[in-house]
Amino acid sequence: MNVLVYLVPMALALGLAGLAAFLWSLRNGQYDDLDGAAVRVLDDEDVLKNSDNANERVASHS
Amino acid sequence: MTRLAQSTDLSMFVTHNASGHAHMDLAVEGVGCASCIRKIENGLKKTPGVVDARVNFTDRRVAVDWNDDTLTAGEVIEALEHIGYEAHPFQPARVESEETKQARWLLRCLGLAGFAAMNIMLLSVSVWSGNVSDMTQETRDFFHWLSALIALPAAAYAGQPFFQSALRALRTRQVNMDVPISIGVVLALGMSLVETATHAEHAYFDSALMLLFFLLCGRYLDHAMQRRTRAVAGNLAALKADTAHRFGENQEIVLVPAAALRPGDRLLVRPGERVPADGVVVSGTSDIDESLVTGETHPRPVSAGATIYAGSVNFSGALTVRVTAAGTGTLIDEVQRLLDKALETKSRIVRLADRAARLYAPVVHTAAAVTAIGWLVAGASLHDAIITGIAVLIITCPCALALAIPAVQVVASGALFRSGVIINAGDAIERLAAVDTVVFDKTGTLTLPDMRVENAADVDPAVLENAARLALSSRHPLAVALAHEARQRVPFEGAVEETGKGVRAIIDGVEAHLGSATFCGRPAVSASGDTESSVIFYSRGDTAVAFSIRQRLRPDAVAVVESFRARGLALHILSGDRQTTVAPVAKALGVASWQGGLKPADKIAFIEALKSLGCNVLMVGDGLNDAPALAAAHVSLSPISAADITQAQADGVFLGERLAPVLDAVSVSRRARGLMLQNLWLAVIYNVIAVPIAMAGFVTPLIAAAAMSGSSILVTVNALRARKRKDAAS
Repeated sequence: MNVLVYLVPMALALGLAGLAAFLWSLRNGQYDDLDGAAVRVLDDEDVLKNSDNANERVASHS
Repeated sequence: MTRLAQSTDLSMFVTHNASGHAHMDLAVEGVGCASCIRKIENGLKKTPGVVDARVNFTDRRVAVDWNDDTLTAGEVIEALEHIGYEAHPFQPARVESEETKQARWLLRCLGLAGFAAMNIMLLSVSVWSGNVSDMTQETRDFFHWLSALIALPAAAYAGQPFFQSALRALRTRQVNMDVPISIGVVLALGMSLVETATHAEHAYFDSALMLLFFLLCGRYLDHAMQRRTRAVAGNLAALKADTAHRFGENQEIVLVPAAALRPGDRLLVRPGERVPADGVVVSGTSDIDESLVTGETHPRPVSAGATIYAGSVNFSGALTVRVTAAGTGTLIDEVQRLLDKALETKSRIVRLADRAARLYAPVVHTAAAVTAIGWLVAGASLHDAIITGIAVLIITCPCALALAIPAVQVVASGALFRSGVIINAGDAIERLAAVDTVVFDKTGTLTLPDMRVENAADVDPAVLENAARLALSSRHPLAVALAHEARQRVPFEGAVEETGKGVRAIIDGVEAHLGSATFCGRPAVSASGDTESSVIFYSRGDTAVAFSIRQRLRPDAVAVVESFRARGLALHILSGDRQTTVAPVAKALGVASWQGGLKPADKIAFIEALKSLGCNVLMVGDGLNDAPALAAAHVSLSPISAADITQAQADGVFLGERLAPVLDAVSVSRRARGLMLQNLWLAVIYNVIAVPIAMAGFVTPLIAAAAMSGSSILVTVNALRARKRKDAAS
């Protein structure tokens, strides 16, 4: 019986954390383009190339 | 589209967001795979001035944010063209943003219901196992109160879609299928509270939430399908939009999107340009090619006071036109209307389902009440009687009747969209499924609406490239057809067009001519046996070529006609064009029954004759002279290049250069009708079996909730099968 005192709140807290994560992903627009998300995973571009682009963009704006 | 980018007023498509950057949404053609996304996004972001570019692969759109001090909207479109993608700006209809909000709300309810159902189940399973072992009453009560704490707020929020819909119906003194669901959920929760307060063994919070969760799954799927079809329609509206030259205040010509035209605007229509809106000629004389409107390929002479229609092509002289109907200005609304009609008009089966659904609620309420009273009379306790009544209420499933059949319709419409067919009326699917005879028009339907060079393959590629680039400087329709073959779309400098004769330029020091035979210094050649094609000549120095230009059959016309024959459908060709042009087409397709030189009344007479023989006729046509015949047939389709009036009359519109969409329309519809009947039978059998079992008291509310949601999901998933294009015949 004593173990329930912290097990039950922990279960509820975990569940709430999951719900919060879901609501956040919804607000972040992750459900607006499901086909696109599926297809972007197959992309081969180097992470390095992207950060070069980002530096370029920053440089051109400053 | 480069003309558009150069000097056009795109301000109606541009909005500004909070950070001061300009924002525009574009519908993009040719996005097919992952690398397209990467190419477009990277290519745009590299352009100086572009802040962000994001491709939405589901909707085939790009959202671009840029700094409008350094870049104009037109340059953004040009940048996309340089990457290799043609883009068309558009304004997302207000309805789309409302639907996005609705979709997010449904997902939020779904997430909350899922969280609540799973956590309550966690507690319920503990209680069930505790009930058969040594759980104390205090522990059980504690778990029940905890379940109540989770269930009540969650149901209050996640049940909103059903409660709101039920209240809306009740306020108009009607009942829809959400009323029994709402009553069931509220009763289950209420009973469970009472049970918990009286320290009983069972509570039903889990049933209520699980019911809500699965029903919300179905609702969300339904909504997502509808959103997808609207997005495609929105893109379609953008793709069709074109440009016009409008006279401004001081008689200056401004290039505007055709969507911005209003009645009373004065336009300049140059030789070779398509007329962008219906109007009256104010000044100028010319010949108008109205083959899209009447099917006749010979041009009609017009002068001041004549009426001309959107979609006809101006041949020889520049015309000033006063707009009478803002034709394509309302196209976005028109497509929206098409969609709304398609999703609202009820087919016979759907109407049957609706009637059954309307009867359903009172019948279910009565059955539940009868069950409860019956058990009371038979001596059961109040508690048991009510629980059995609730189980009956929950287990009866209206889903197949009022959910799955519309779902088949939506999924079938989606499958049709993907094939390139847009349905104008909801019951078109049912009528398409019943078709046994197909009547085709020729020009623009079996043949492509635009002309192409026939003998391009026979000409030396370097000569072809020169001739095509020279053709870029001319607006004559034959030259435009030749210009399609140019790989480098750069016109020659110093090209001079001589009206009525041709265009000439100096290419690498030698003068080149493109135009009529005499202009090119060649003797006039008598027309070849082929009365369908026109000839344009090219000469430069010693080289002389004659390009033969004609309307081609759609690339897959022969295969499609063969498939129709394989399915046992009777085929006819009816055309307003001369017999000499129809005969070779009929021969190429192997269609024995054909007629040419028909007037609209003749076409209608033919179709009525077929109808009186008991045939179900599908008419496929595009000209204005087909519009009455389209209305006379059982069901009709027209290509997207058809006049707006014709498109509005047809039951559906198909896109692209291929004829395959017409075949897909028939096979998808046949499959959809089969699925609708299947779902109807599934629903009936389920209810006939489940309700008596529930009335007999063998079912607890939890099992009822599981069964009801299970059957609901089953019929919805069955409806998804309508996505496949093959029917039994293939």
